[in-house]
Amino acid sequence: MRISTFFYTLQQGVRNIFRNKLFSLASIATITSCLFLFGMFYAIVVNLQHIVKTAEEGVSVTVFYNEGTTQERIDEIGEQIAKRTEVSEIKFVSAEEAWDEFKQDYLGEEYADGFTENPLANSMHHEIYLSDVSLQNELVVYIQSIPEVRKINRSEITASTLTGVNSLIAYISVGIIAVLFAVSIFLISNTVTIGISVRKDEIEIMKYIGATDFFVRCPYVIEGILIGAIGAAIPLVIIYFIYNTAITYITGRFSVLSELLQFLPVQTIYQNLVPITFAVGIGIGFLGSFVTVRRHLRV
Amino acid sequence: MPITKKKKKKLAIGDDEVIVLDNVCKSYETGAPALNGVSLRIKRGEFVFIIGGSGSGKSTLIKLLLRELIPTSGAINVLGYDLTRIRHGKIPQFRRKLGIVFQDFRLLPDRNVYENVAFAQRIVQRPRREIRKNVPAILSQVGLAGKYKSKIKRLSGGEQQRVAIARALINRPDILLADEPTGNLDPKNSEEIMALLEKVNEGGTTVIVVTHNGEIVNKMKKRVVALNKGVIISDEEEGEYVNAD
Ligand SMILES: Nc1ncnc2c1ncn2[C@@H]1O[C@H](COP(=O)(O)OP(=O)(O)O)[C@@H](O)[C@H]1O
Ligand SMILES: [Mg+2]
Repeated sequence: MRISTFFYTLQQGVRNIFRNKLFSLASIATITSCLFLFGMFYAIVVNLQHIVKTAEEGVSVTVFYNEGTTQERIDEIGEQIAKRTEVSEIKFVSAEEAWDEFKQDYLGEEYADGFTENPLANSMHHEIYLSDVSLQNELVVYIQSIPEVRKINRSEITASTLTGVNSLIAYISVGIIAVLFAVSIFLISNTVTIGISVRKDEIEIMKYIGATDFFVRCPYVIEGILIGAIGAAIPLVIIYFIYNTAITYITGRFSVLSELLQFLPVQTIYQNLVPITFAVGIGIGFLGSFVTVRRHLRV
Repeated sequence: MPITKKKKKKLAIGDDEVIVLDNVCKSYETGAPALNGVSLRIKRGEFVFIIGGSGSGKSTLIKLLLRELIPTSGAINVLGYDLTRIRHGKIPQFRRKLGIVFQDFRLLPDRNVYENVAFAQRIVQRPRREIRKNVPAILSQVGLAGKYKSKIKRLSGGEQQRVAIARALINRPDILLADEPTGNLDPKNSEEIMALLEKVNEGGTTVIVVTHNGEIVNKMKKRVVALNKGVIISDEEEGEYVNAD
């Protein structure tokens, strides 16, 4: 291809956007709305997952032992528990450490000095963090079978709730993606049909003069790619502002929950969202124009 | 050998013949055949009128010649291309040797005169320098030298048809096909356009014109091929317009 042909093609692609302003606007609006919905949804799901994950990491099972159990036996039990697959981390807390922690958290240093003996002498325990919260029950059943175990503190509600939330997110994701997909296909095929009627004459003329399929197609494909890129950029900018505003509002309004609601910064979300959105937008634009023109190349 | 391969009879083409149709039939999905057993030979440099009532198959004939349609049966050879067998990828190359003019001009309404004509050269990838030289030259040839910047919508019908002819001529086609080029024009413009086509023909281009304009046909004394219901009913040098309507 000649350099001048290449630039002509590029220029025509850009001009096409302005030649059929209404069609271009419709296409950009379609892609923008689809990708906007997708982006919002993505941001929400990623945050939900993040919140659930943070909460999960906090879920722990605490195991207390009978009075008089030797330190060796406790260490042995700890090693056995650590071997299990549902365990991601196990931590031993001695009676002294437990008391120190309690003093720090609940009593002033000077007040605690009044105690000569450790009032929590029997409070050595293991703190167990799980690799998968849904497996908490199995672990608890196993630990209960160990005779030296006096008591197990478990976060029953949290664990089952989180498992539920997780599968709920999965179902909703699949559902919403399916709906978005159907809507996009419908809207895009509509815009493509409009595009065909706009382009029919022009393509016919080009073919009569002896344009190759490649030459006919190129400007439209460039146009499609540009429209797709614009349709991707607009929702990204909008979501950027909405996201930041929403986070500021929620954390300000519900400061009580700020411990629980750990939102991801927009940069983290955009690391994946920007390339995905552009890939989908440009892909839709490319395919849409490619298919539109293809139907008319058989002249 | 027992196997008799049914081979198509090779079409005999004279050295100076640019268009050869042999027993061509074309049927659309519905209705009677639009062309029924048409045989026609046209030599390089000829000027031929195709006449006939509406629905007699004139446009179908033109569409077959530019390979927009494929015949239902029979053979067509244009400029050495066997149009019943030409590959899809070869069609552009073939069409660049034709110039095509329609009754409704078929210009790109969103581009100016210069761009419409230059378009044909862009398609064949002429260098920009050449395009800048060729477009004004061809525009002055069709009498539109001063209008190269005009919007298509601002031009009269006659002017639009001149732009279309300029576009058809700029790549120096071997054959100019015109389907009712004066169908939308007043008598004065019609005469001017026909004179222009005659000038093109004098330059050596084979010209084929479908027309309803009996007056002009009778005046110009060219070869006239008359169609009626898809059949050639007469084909005469210096023919007269026969009213078949
Ligand atoms: N695309 C088509 N589908 C079906 N019939 C057609 C089509 N085009 C033309 N015809 C029919 O073929 C016949 C010849 O048409 P055409 O070649 O356009 O005639 P003309 O140009 O002489 O008026 C007419 O009867 C017309 O109705
Ligand atoms: Mg016709």
